[in-house]
Amino acid sequence: MLIVNVIVSTLLVVSFAILILGMAWRVWLYASTPVPLRIFTAPAPTTRAGAALRVGREVTLFESLFRADKFLWLVSMLFHVGLLLVLLRHLRYFMAEPPLPVVLIQPLGQIGALMMMVGLIGLLARRLLEPRVRYVTSATDIGVLLLLLAIGASGLAMAFLFPTDIMGLKQYLAGLWRFNPQPLPGDPALIVHLLLVATLLVVAPYSKLLHLAGVFFSPTRNQCDDARTRRHVAAWARPLDQRRARGSE
Amino acid sequence: MDAFTTPILTTGDGAEMPPPLAPDAMRQCRPFAAQPAHNESLGFPGALVEDWQDRAIDKMGELLERYRSLRVFLDICVKCGACTDKCHYFLGTSDPNNMPVARQDLLRSVYRHYFTPAGRMLGRLAGARALDAETLDEWFVYFHQCSQCRRCSVFCPYGIDTAEITMAAREIMDAIGMGQKYSNEIIGKVEKVGNNLGLMKPALANTLEGLEEDVLDDTGVAVKFPLDVKGADVLLVTPSADFFAEPHVDGLIGYAKVFHQAGISWTLSSYASEAANFAMFIGSYEQMYKIANRIRQAALDLGVKRLVFGECGHAWRVAYSFLNTLAGPWDFLDPRYPVPQHIAAITHDLIQNGGISLDKEANADMTVTLHDSCNVARASSLGDRPGGQFTIPRDIIRACVPSFVDMHPDTIGDKTFCCGGGGGLLTDEILELRVKGCKPRANALKQVVDDCGVTHMVAMCAICKSQFTKVLPYYGYPMEMVVSLHQLVSRAIRLGGAA
Repeated sequence: MLIVNVIVSTLLVVSFAILILGMAWRVWLYASTPVPLRIFTAPAPTTRAGAALRVGREVTLFESLFRADKFLWLVSMLFHVGLLLVLLRHLRYFMAEPPLPVVLIQPLGQIGALMMMVGLIGLLARRLLEPRVRYVTSATDIGVLLLLLAIGASGLAMAFLFPTDIMGLKQYLAGLWRFNPQPLPGDPALIVHLLLVATLLVVAPYSKLLHLAGVFFSPTRNQCDDARTRRHVAAWARPLDQRRARGSE
Repeated sequence: MDAFTTPILTTGDGAEMPPPLAPDAMRQCRPFAAQPAHNESLGFPGALVEDWQDRAIDKMGELLERYRSLRVFLDICVKCGACTDKCHYFLGTSDPNNMPVARQDLLRSVYRHYFTPAGRMLGRLAGARALDAETLDEWFVYFHQCSQCRRCSVFCPYGIDTAEITMAAREIMDAIGMGQKYSNEIIGKVEKVGNNLGLMKPALANTLEGLEEDVLDDTGVAVKFPLDVKGADVLLVTPSADFFAEPHVDGLIGYAKVFHQAGISWTLSSYASEAANFAMFIGSYEQMYKIANRIRQAALDLGVKRLVFGECGHAWRVAYSFLNTLAGPWDFLDPRYPVPQHIAAITHDLIQNGGISLDKEANADMTVTLHDSCNVARASSLGDRPGGQFTIPRDIIRACVPSFVDMHPDTIGDKTFCCGGGGGLLTDEILELRVKGCKPRANALKQVVDDCGVTHMVAMCAICKSQFTKVLPYYGYPMEMVVSLHQLVSRAIRLGGAA
């Protein structure tokens, strides 16, 4: 059991580090790349607060997707809201004494898991059955869906079929957090679940899962329409701008 | 005759159904390559360079560092397919490479191969591929089947804009000597002569004199078309097609009548006798900057107080969204007016405040619909309120014509379909693409013609007007059906003292 503990623990720590560092790297890259022109999709809000609200609506309501495709919107919503509920439910595994909101959310988390699975199956079915979507699908697109389905299935298995040692898990995770190794409950479903999650964490910063960070940096959505009142000269365009200011153009 | 079949219009409600896929249906439809002289005059290599692969990848790396849009858009697409049935070229041609995500993937696959660990390790499994001659040829074909209309970006949950990808791809191709003739030749002309047509000052002066005579004969009123008049209040910058093409010129006559009746002194410039800025189509900031700054120079030389643009879609995008950044600050102009203004916003204000008066009966023989031009609808605005690009033209039309109907709601506003000729594609060697790309618009038009008796379609973009007059006859509609927004104003405006 010790060897399994060492392997799983190492993978979890390393994958979590890759997730954090990888995401931070991409976010830094996005944030530091210039936006030399106003390219909002019109009509656009005229204030920065308005643009922030627009991004907020995209992130929480999938506003543009709703206009594009109602079925896709529905299954995406099911998946993402379900995943959110599941993640909230998981908070208690990281807390010795979960506060009341985390306790109250527990049954919702199980509904969330089902929503997530239904959403994922809908997304997979659309990807395989709709010829236009199948045309633009590569192996990794299917792979990510299967990975998420497997994570959901192993989690549901623990919730309904093979209950795992929650107190043991809490102690194990708390130990991981403090670099103070604790025994890992030996249930196969749990070990599979943890290994799959580690895989997802590693994949996230190097795949299309980057959309969860990238959506906040999309210029067509996060820019406000201030084109006629403010100039937006990028650092690399400044020499051009200054050449003209000296009157040589 | 043409070697293609015009699509058959449906009898539905004007909305567009996605067709089944026909891979490679448009693989052979390509624009002419630019001649060495066209490329070299813009500072690009004349023909495909020896080490084109390395230089293309270097250029891609450079663009990734210049444009956040490119970096983010190449990374975050989840291939959800929301865009796949939104492009007019896909809907008209059935070629899957004309689905926005598939078009992006032509570039994204190469990005993945050279710039991402997943692409380097997994190759095709992660949708990555090396840049080879076949891929480059696909780029040339399919990045010249995108009119940069941005309809896909409206529906994308992350706002991914294929226009940005197309611009980057064309910029890379220019950097290795694979320019497109139509755009590069025209950009060269603007930079040498001042307009897309290569129209010299004497010819332009002559044309404007002729227009003055026509209007005088027509109305008995001496409406002026001033050129290079120092000290005028307004510099009007308009697409050069307005100087002679039909129905563009009727729009120009409309602007002149509005200025005349409102008592606004104005002038055209022979140095900046072009609103269009085709440099946007090839994604070149430097060329776009050069063309934009001709306008600044003209405004300075003529000592004007205001800058106004005529009816042109992409020109208005550059003017509204980019001009301040490219050629500002405009602190030498009258601060009471936005810079620049659109002629439609001025006409709209004058209608509201009684500065001009209109007689709808002059257009009583028409039932009119409006084609929202993509760059006005999705890449800029009109007036001072968001959405003004939709309300202002409609208000003007309703003030000029007794009978106005809109087309299907999925084909207007920010969901408007491109005319099929924008983005540097208004060239006859790809007429098949232009005809097929016009199908969604033609379908929506057919529905209002059949159900509501529409006789005319208004456009407020020089490319839309040229494209429709050429292509609508393929669908059985006469070219005279296409009218300029200010053509309606021109017919309805009451000239003379008793306004």
